[in-house]
Amino acid sequence: MSRLLTYLFGRLPIGWLQLSHNKARLAAAVSGVAFANLLVFMQLGILGALNGSTIAPYTMLSADILVSSEDGNTLTDSGNVARTRMFQALGVPGVASAAPLYIGNLPFSMTDGTSVSLLAFGVDTSHPSFVSPVIAASLGALETENTALLDTQTRGVPETAFHGLLEGKPFSFEVNGQTMTAIGTLEVGGGFLADGTLVVSDQTFLRFFERRSSGAPSHILIKANDNVSLDSVVERLEAVLPAQSVKVQTLEGAAKADLAFMSTERPTGIIFGFGVLIGIIVGIVIVYQVLSTDVADHLREYATFKAMGYGQPFFLGVVFEEAIVLAIFGFIPGFVVSLGLYAGLSAVTGLPVSMDASRAILVFLGTLAACTISGALATRRLAGADPADLF
Amino acid sequence: MTENAPIISTGLNHSFGTGEARKQAIWDVDVSIARGSLTVLMGPSGSGKTTLLTLLGCLREVQDGSVRLLGAELRGSDEAQMVMLRRRLGFIFQAHNLHESLTASQNVLMGLQVHGAGNARMQLEATHHMLEIVGLSDRMNYLPGSLSGGQKQRVAVARALVSNPQIVFADEPTAALDKESGLNVVAMLKALGQTRQTTTVMVTHDNRILELADRIITMEDGRIVNDAET
Ligand SMILES: Nc1ncnc2c1ncn2[C@@H]1O[C@H](COP(=O)(O)OP(=O)(O)O)[C@@H](O)[C@H]1O
Ligand SMILES: [Mg+2]
Repeated sequence: MSRLLTYLFGRLPIGWLQLSHNKARLAAAVSGVAFANLLVFMQLGILGALNGSTIAPYTMLSADILVSSEDGNTLTDSGNVARTRMFQALGVPGVASAAPLYIGNLPFSMTDGTSVSLLAFGVDTSHPSFVSPVIAASLGALETENTALLDTQTRGVPETAFHGLLEGKPFSFEVNGQTMTAIGTLEVGGGFLADGTLVVSDQTFLRFFERRSSGAPSHILIKANDNVSLDSVVERLEAVLPAQSVKVQTLEGAAKADLAFMSTERPTGIIFGFGVLIGIIVGIVIVYQVLSTDVADHLREYATFKAMGYGQPFFLGVVFEEAIVLAIFGFIPGFVVSLGLYAGLSAVTGLPVSMDASRAILVFLGTLAACTISGALATRRLAGADPADLF
Repeated sequence: MTENAPIISTGLNHSFGTGEARKQAIWDVDVSIARGSLTVLMGPSGSGKTTLLTLLGCLREVQDGSVRLLGAELRGSDEAQMVMLRRRLGFIFQAHNLHESLTASQNVLMGLQVHGAGNARMQLEATHHMLEIVGLSDRMNYLPGSLSGGQKQRVAVARALVSNPQIVFADEPTAALDKESGLNVVAMLKALGQTRQTTTVMVTHDNRILELADRIITMEDGRIVNDAET
């Protein structure tokens, strides 16, 4: 290590030698940085899962434009839209086709007594172009009464429960006193609102949600003609549809708006964002503490170096060298432990908590930046090293 | 001859503190020190020896009067110029001030690396040679924590001398040592000064060192009261 650093710096790696000389201090500093990294990784992991589960339902849909109730928050948390809006929309130039989408939360008890809540999507079986290919392939089968596609990622349901289904053997379960038969699977995963997803035909949906009417779907999906600008179709729809009761967004725009809503307006998003901030501050404070005590403990030695003719750049270099050593040595264990906790967390909660390269790189760069800031703060103490005081 | 002296001070005054608490520690010091000489500064405690040494040695800003060090005027010179000048000097302090996390040879190496990266192998050789001269060739890779007081001070001497400084300033370098290792260190300084034509200015009370001095300057209350060539 020393040899490598000597080669890199063209001088003795004083910062590294100094840090590694005091093993207890090094251990404290490294665990501090690792802990801060862990905090940030966990918060980002959960935020990522929140975002992932917010976006996940969109992967089941295939549409250009979404017409929703004006007071709706997100795709899965919204009021109803009058189906007449769909017929109005079909009259707008540039609109090629439209279909209703029904969404509702369906709680049910499993045979072992645990209750699971499923987000049910009722789709129009006559419009395969509005759903993902996996669902489209099963639309014909879903036309049979009370059949469903079941989410294999459903939280609280062991994967083994789906083995038979995956081999093509349907199984039935009770919901709201009615029998539902799962005839196929899909992979969406649970979120913060529900444990998993269920896709049924609009007819089946209305049978299970007695209070919902076919005249009031949750959203209206719209496909635009090829070669027309989506924005202009949105504008024309907005001109026709009453702004006080519906909003018109591109599907992409709706997904982005959902993300923004979940991370800035929902307490969960704000709390986890705040957690990231706390992690960063904890890291900066710990590294600053370590580096500034290290500078303070070595003031005489630094003053001696000043008397020997070392200038300010040398001392800044030493402190930053220490900061970078701490960043690297703290990041590695923080990262490894986070991987373990991610696996544990997603196993326990069924949330899609996973590491991706861009997050790892981002956190590493953030760690370097935070350590550099701490180092910069700690260098102010160097001014106390006055060679005239040595004699 | 005085013109070329490595250290020349004229009308040098220095005060500490401001206002009521202002206290003058150096009064009107004129001194010129010849190349290659060993000059000893003597005098009672508080007489201004250390203050004078730090002024002549470019470690303290000159307030009033003039110090010409190796041809450069210190009065009004900026930090960068002082840093460059210090690289041509060697300092030995009462405390060894070794870096505890660096081995003996790494500490000495620091005295060389200040002059730039250079050839690593040559630096290492010079370092080992210097440690041999101070009799520590078998302690090169020891940390200061496992060296005796005398050995540490010898490492400090090696660190000060390894870059072949033109002037060595030492302030009671033997005060923390027992008599034998103290004399050892000074004899070494004297010998090196002679072979390398190094100018040495040293504060000391040690009588046996006075015998080795070329010149003895005595201070009292911030003034030079006696100046004798021996
Ligand atoms: N940093 C300082 N601040 C204030 N007064 C000082 C300082 N250093 C030295 N002095 C004063 O200057 C005078 C000379 O001190 P010094 O040069 O250390 O004497 P010596 O080395 O001969 O014992 C003393 O009166 C001392 O109290
Ligand atoms: Mg003194």
